[in-house]
Amino acid sequence: MAQEMRIVLRNYGKIDPLKIEDYIGVGGYQSLAKAKGMGQSAVIDEVRKSNLRGRGGAGFNAGMKWGFSYNTPADQKYVVCNADEGEPGTYKDRIIMQNDPHTLLEGMAICGYAIGATKGFIYCRGEYPYVVDVLNTAIDQAKASGVLGDFDIEVRMGAGAYVCGEETALIESIEGHRGEPRFKPPFPGVAGLWGKPTVVNNVETFANVPVILEKGAEWFSSIGAAKYPGTKVFTLTGDVVNKTFFELPTDVTIRDVVFGMGGGVKDGKKLKAVQIGGTSGGFIPESLLDTQVDFDSMSAIGATLGSGAVFVMDEDTDLVDVIDRITKFFEHESCGKCAPCREGTKRMHEIVSKVNKGLATADDIALSERLGKVMTRACLCGLGQAAPAPLLTTLSHFRPEFNAKLG
Amino acid sequence: MADYNEIISAFKNKPGGIIEAFHAIQKEYSYIPEEAVVAAADAFDMSKARAYGVATFYSYLKVGKRGKNVIRICESAPCHVAGADKVVAALEKELGIKMGETTGDGKFTLEFTECVGQCQATPVITINSVPYGDVTAEKVGEILAAYK
Repeated sequence: MAQEMRIVLRNYGKIDPLKIEDYIGVGGYQSLAKAKGMGQSAVIDEVRKSNLRGRGGAGFNAGMKWGFSYNTPADQKYVVCNADEGEPGTYKDRIIMQNDPHTLLEGMAICGYAIGATKGFIYCRGEYPYVVDVLNTAIDQAKASGVLGDFDIEVRMGAGAYVCGEETALIESIEGHRGEPRFKPPFPGVAGLWGKPTVVNNVETFANVPVILEKGAEWFSSIGAAKYPGTKVFTLTGDVVNKTFFELPTDVTIRDVVFGMGGGVKDGKKLKAVQIGGTSGGFIPESLLDTQVDFDSMSAIGATLGSGAVFVMDEDTDLVDVIDRITKFFEHESCGKCAPCREGTKRMHEIVSKVNKGLATADDIALSERLGKVMTRACLCGLGQAAPAPLLTTLSHFRPEFNAKLG
Repeated sequence: MADYNEIISAFKNKPGGIIEAFHAIQKEYSYIPEEAVVAAADAFDMSKARAYGVATFYSYLKVGKRGKNVIRICESAPCHVAGADKVVAALEKELGIKMGETTGDGKFTLEFTECVGQCQATPVITINSVPYGDVTAEKVGEILAAYK
């Protein structure tokens, strides 16, 4: 059976998050000092070799991302932490920040040193004002004790826009604008915040960095799945016995997560579906539960690892009703910048609602499928591209549920 | 209550600080007065349309009056399947208003929200951003009592 392995949550419950002495007492900020002794390009090489990939959902090699900013000359560079955690069913970044804020600050400071940035921003979602307080306390302590050197960190609050989890929309928001994604390229690594080279990484990604520097790239890359090494923090929701969070190596299977750590379906019921990675994730039937959870294995079955949210639905769940709710979410969260998403999310919700009310025909379902395929290809950013996934995967695996509701 | 002009001027020199200013105003007023959007546009040197565009883009920010205590009910999928609709019904009954409305005495406003990141205890509501988990129709009265 799968065992927990705590890397990013290594200090969970062991230190007082509001005391920097506690973090320093368990070896905190030594990785930053070590990094400064290694030299900038050696730090980037180490992170690249560890094959640490973005924990926010896109799975890009973090060291490579850092390399782009390091190699772009500029008078000012920025490190931005994406703490906008808005993917429904996800609260892993909150757990990390509330319990070990300094590991995030240290990870960001290491990145800052490596790419040559003296300023960092944590973009924390507005729904977490109590986390912002923890972060500000930690930053004040870190500044007062001098551990961050010349690296400055400031917290900025998001304000309830899911799309700001997209890195260029997040950057727009820090600049004080509407959170509408930019056209890429240029990528933020080259021209990001205020047009300067900017590394944007997720909280969980940064939290891995101090440990990688301490124990080495080789150690990290040997954990979990070869192509997506390390651990992942999962948050279990829905009809599952253990509705909590776990940090697991990335070579465990979905079954290990749901039935091993999760304790299976609540009230002795049977499983109908699991949705992983948040509300934009694909729906997974029981027959695919032996898939490994790493990024690439999940992509291969048309699902995602995403944020690591694991939404369990029992045999009584009305999947069409859940998809109705999810398509409403995307209609609400679409920023409106590009037409395929603005119009597509609206029409998709309209069609699924019609199915849910028993008023649709087979033609409506065919139309929603076609619309979903167009959105996947034509939308500007990840929001619109991923929005059809829940519907399309449910149609692949659970089509009879839709047919049963046709008028 | 602090004047919104004072709040805005505290953020005036912060690059991109208009959203931080809106947060600070909302913390004080529980909403953003229309006139404060105009004042912010002036302070951050942008058109009124642009400042209004920013303020209304974000669902956590509310332009225009609402109640002193803002109750938000999560309707994202994990809370939805956990029975958020029953909590909605109980809150509407307890306060005598519908979702999106404010009580006559200006004390409470009911709003929907998407996920607030407390999914270990669905269904979840927040009151003035403080989360309450595992909410049931029976617990609603008790939770609200502290704010009445």
